[in-house]
Parts: sequence; structure tokens; C-alpha cells
Amino acid sequence: MSKPSYDPKNIKKIHAHLHSHLPSDPALRVKALETLLVNKGMVNPSNMDKWVEAYSEDVGPKRGAQVIARAWTDPAFRAQLMSDASAAVDAMGFSGPASGHLQAVENTDSLHNVVVCTLCSCYPFALLGMAPNWYKTAAYRSRVVREPRAVLAEFGVDLPADVAVKVWDSTAELRYIVIPQRPAHTEGLSVDELAKLVTRNAMIGTDRDLKAGA
Amino acid sequence: MPQPSVITPFRRMDGEPVFDDAWQAEVLAMAQVLIDTGVITAADWADGLGASLREVQVDDESDTVQNYYLAALTALERLLVSSGISAQDMDAQKQAWVAAYKATPHGEPVKLKS
Repeated sequence: MSKPSYDPKNIKKIHAHLHSHLPSDPALRVKALETLLVNKGMVNPSNMDKWVEAYSEDVGPKRGAQVIARAWTDPAFRAQLMSDASAAVDAMGFSGPASGHLQAVENTDSLHNVVVCTLCSCYPFALLGMAPNWYKTAAYRSRVVREPRAVLAEFGVDLPADVAVKVWDSTAELRYIVIPQRPAHTEGLSVDELAKLVTRNAMIGTDRDLKAGA
Repeated sequence: MPQPSVITPFRRMDGEPVFDDAWQAEVLAMAQVLIDTGVITAADWADGLGASLREVQVDDESDTVQNYYLAALTALERLLVSSGISAQDMDAQKQAWVAAYKATPHGEPVKLKS
């Protein structure tokens, strides 16, 4: 049996919804700041739009993965990446805000690198896109320094006891990208195919063993 | 990668969207534009955000993404006071937006009174 379609309670609810379109308090504070900054000529709205766009999925970690895949296949590029990461990344056309003063750190059979920003959330987003939510938590920022192995285990990285861990603390002036080890049995793959094997977390250091069939 | 039988908080957050709301992206975009144009320095922004995070992320319960972005907004507001935008300016501008929203029928573009 169907219920009558007119429900006064529901109509009242819909009516309230139609008029309750006031944004949240933080959204209003942001609008206020933006208005003031634009009116004072301190911010160009189109630059803001570009950044909002850059923070979307477009940048993502794909650029970083391209850098890593090239480092795996081109020893001269790898050497440049290790000695002057900013210049190496710049040469690939991936320079951008927050990629200046970049340092690459490489994983080996006996060393695993992991990156954090203990102060806030400094991150090479020109290469890796937006930082994942866990990167911004106080839990990650404090614990990965104190107990890196436990934190890595929570990400599914079971680090053998004979592999040392080095934690790199990012700042506004210096950010890091981890060069993970190239997976085995990938000799025949192209740079683009290799790039697809590189995960964002591997470039932060919360992933280690990349798989050829990932 | 081994799949632990327990989905830890870090792993659960791994696939979450980075922004819950447009204002969160706008805060970071605004900070970045202000760094690019030299209104604030990257170091000031990192210090301000760090200080603000220490105030809001005080325990497990408060260690949330929403609080991260609220801290970013507060940090930006504080930094801009030294660039000549007072807290009173910010509040007055916010109230102007509230009034504009209340005066605008649903579905129409919200505009500030000039």
C-alpha cells in the first residue's frame, strides 16, 4: 500500500533546507579573507584557481613516478637527481612551487628512507600532488620519528631487522623524495610502464617493495 | 606489499579524499599564492601552521583532517594581521557575506553589497 505523497513534516524539512544555504563558519572565514585580499590587490583570483586546480588529481604523484622511473633507467639522470634533485626535476619540466630545494634519498638492500614533516606538513606537492591525510596527522608526524618500524608495519611494510631506517624531516626550505628500489624482473619495461609501478607511498617511504605486476 | 589483517588508521586514511570541502583547498591555495607573491614567506607559513596545529591536534580525538584545515585557516588569518588585515576587518567581511547569503533567495548567485 503506498503512502500519501504529501507529508507535512517532510515538506517542512525540505523548506528549511532550501533556506539553510549559509556556508559553514570556516567557509565564510575563507570567503572573507579572499574578498579582503582581492580588494587589497594582494591575491589574484585566477592564481587561486590555478592552485586549487593543481591540488586536484591533475598533478597527483604521476610526476614523481616519472622521475623515479627515469632514475631507474638512466644512470646519469640518477646521479644528477642524487646530487641536485631540484635541477634534475627542473630539467624534466616538473619544477614548480615546493619542488625547489629538493633532496632525493635512495633505498638500498640495507637502508630504508621515510619522510615526514614534524613541524607541519611540508611536502613536495609539485611532484607528488597533495599530501595524503595521514601525513598531516600529529600521530604520523610524531610517531614515525620515535618508532618508524612500528609505523611502517602499520602501512604493511615489514622491515627486516638488518635493514636500517632513516627518517628525513622536511622543512619549508628542504623537502625529500625517496627513490625506491626498482622491482625485480622489470628489465623489459619502458619508462612509462615502470612509472606505473611507483606508488606515492613508496616516494614518501611508507611503501617499500614495489611489485612488477602492481 | 603484505596485507595486514587489521586495517590500521593510517591505511584507512590512505585512500580518503584529501579535501572534504572546497574551503579547505582554498585555504591552501591562498597561502601558496601569498608565498608565491612574497606577501608571506614559506618559513613563516610552516612555523605558523606548526604552531596552530600544536594548539588543535592535542590528542587522538582531535587529530583530524578537519582540525588540520581549521589550523591552516587560523594560521593564515594570524599571519595576515601582520600584513595589515585586522581581525576586525575579517569579522566585518564575514558578517557581510552572512548578510549577503541571508538576503539572497535560494538558487541565485550570492553577491556582496558594494
